[in-house]
Amino acid sequence: MMPKIALKDVHKSFGSKHVLRGVTLDVMPAESMVVIGGSGTGKSITIKSVLGLVRPDKGEVWVDDIRADKARGGQRDSLLDKFGMLFQGAALFDSLSVWENVAFRMRRKMDKDEAREVAITKLRRVGLGPENADLFPGELSGGMQKRVGLARAIADDPEIIFFDEPTTGLDPIMADVINALIREVVVEMGATAITITHDMTSVRHIADKVAMLHDGVIQWTGPVNDMETCGDPYIEQFIHGRADGPIEALR
Amino acid sequence: MAVLSALHGFVAGIGASVLGLFRATGALVLFAGQGLIHCVLPPWYWRETLRQMVKIGYFSLPVVGLTALFTGAVLALQIYIGGSRFNAEGVVASIVAIGIVRELGPVLGGLMVAGRVSAAIAAELGTMRVTEQIDALTTLSTNPFKYLVAPRLIAGIVTLPILVAVADTIGVMGGFLVGVNKLNFNAGTYISNTVDFLQAGDIISGLCKAAVFGFIITLMGCYHGYNSGRGAQGVGNATTNAVVSASVLILAANYILTDLFFST
Repeated sequence: MMPKIALKDVHKSFGSKHVLRGVTLDVMPAESMVVIGGSGTGKSITIKSVLGLVRPDKGEVWVDDIRADKARGGQRDSLLDKFGMLFQGAALFDSLSVWENVAFRMRRKMDKDEAREVAITKLRRVGLGPENADLFPGELSGGMQKRVGLARAIADDPEIIFFDEPTTGLDPIMADVINALIREVVVEMGATAITITHDMTSVRHIADKVAMLHDGVIQWTGPVNDMETCGDPYIEQFIHGRADGPIEALR
Repeated sequence: MAVLSALHGFVAGIGASVLGLFRATGALVLFAGQGLIHCVLPPWYWRETLRQMVKIGYFSLPVVGLTALFTGAVLALQIYIGGSRFNAEGVVASIVAIGIVRELGPVLGGLMVAGRVSAAIAAELGTMRVTEQIDALTTLSTNPFKYLVAPRLIAGIVTLPILVAVADTIGVMGGFLVGVNKLNFNAGTYISNTVDFLQAGDIISGLCKAAVFGFIITLMGCYHGYNSGRGAQGVGNATTNAVVSASVLILAANYILTDLFFST
């Protein structure tokens, strides 16, 4: 079967800092891939390369049979229509109400009342009642913002959803709620998902497969059930949170 | 050897500065071009454009109006005092009108709006950049230039001339109030002097300047905000740079436009 997303030898540098040094990764359709790795290892840059927010210096990015890193104009628009993304800080638009944020993409296809109805349905899906629809992002707690961000990411039933550190900054209970929601919506929609995190609880909740990014390359990839027993020193050190090992810790 | 090395460092420093200036100018020109292209090509976000017109135009009325009022009043006083030295007190009305409509209305109005609007746009877009809202727009199949930059440029170009027209009227009124109440001019004579000496070209040139200043103000706000650095310091720098560059460019553009309109 052809991968839904394929990165082939992707390199990206910022000045003298080489962030990605040849990332190669396949994500199959309807698979939930979680990319783990320490802070500053290029996890966000990897998914931004797929989204076209960052242009790789070298390598190829494929989404279905389209070369995503070369897509322009209408081809890029049709690619973006396949994507949904939950940002680390939710990235809600401050000047728009909650329902307008959720319905942002749909406003081009439907009238205001219809878009509002769909937005309220999506908000219910992530556990928020219609009484929240007319609030503004500044009036919401961090957990509620993440839920609204998730509702916006799934609003147009995308084929591929990206989750950037979905539980960062949340208390453990709210993090568990968000993890469960992510798992539910991904399974329910049959979407392909890439999540980046360094929260091992999220990994065990969300992942079908795990990829470990370190030193700008994928050090290990495999099913989440193999993660504990794979014997890879990078994975071992990371999941057990040890300071000693091949991953150098700054002290 | 040490002298050669110091000289080399000095020349290299100048070279780096010049290259940096060219790079920044090129980036700004490309940004402006892209922004203008998105102003004329569909789709247009009319609701967002209208919102920006209210923010940039309507909410700037108090500060621009007060500036114009006091400028007109001071101008009347100064021209009266200066003119009395060679018995030319009678020119107060016409010089206030011409001075306000040609120069002070657009320039002072532009500078006041630059302080208020460039900073606000840079801070808003800079925060959107830092909090990934601009990236979010892209992932929602929306071109940030179309949604963020074009509505602000259109709003600036359209509302500044309206603001300046109001400022001109208030400025002339300021001169009128001082002229009639303090300098004892006849109200009818003051108004007829104002109307008689003012030409259509004076008003049109002022409004054209205002449209250019509106473009400069919103462009600088958008450019610095869109390319803001990370964190609070990045946004702060973007805001400062937007106000300073908009103000300097307004004064430079004013000279060029005045030369273009009035040199014979």
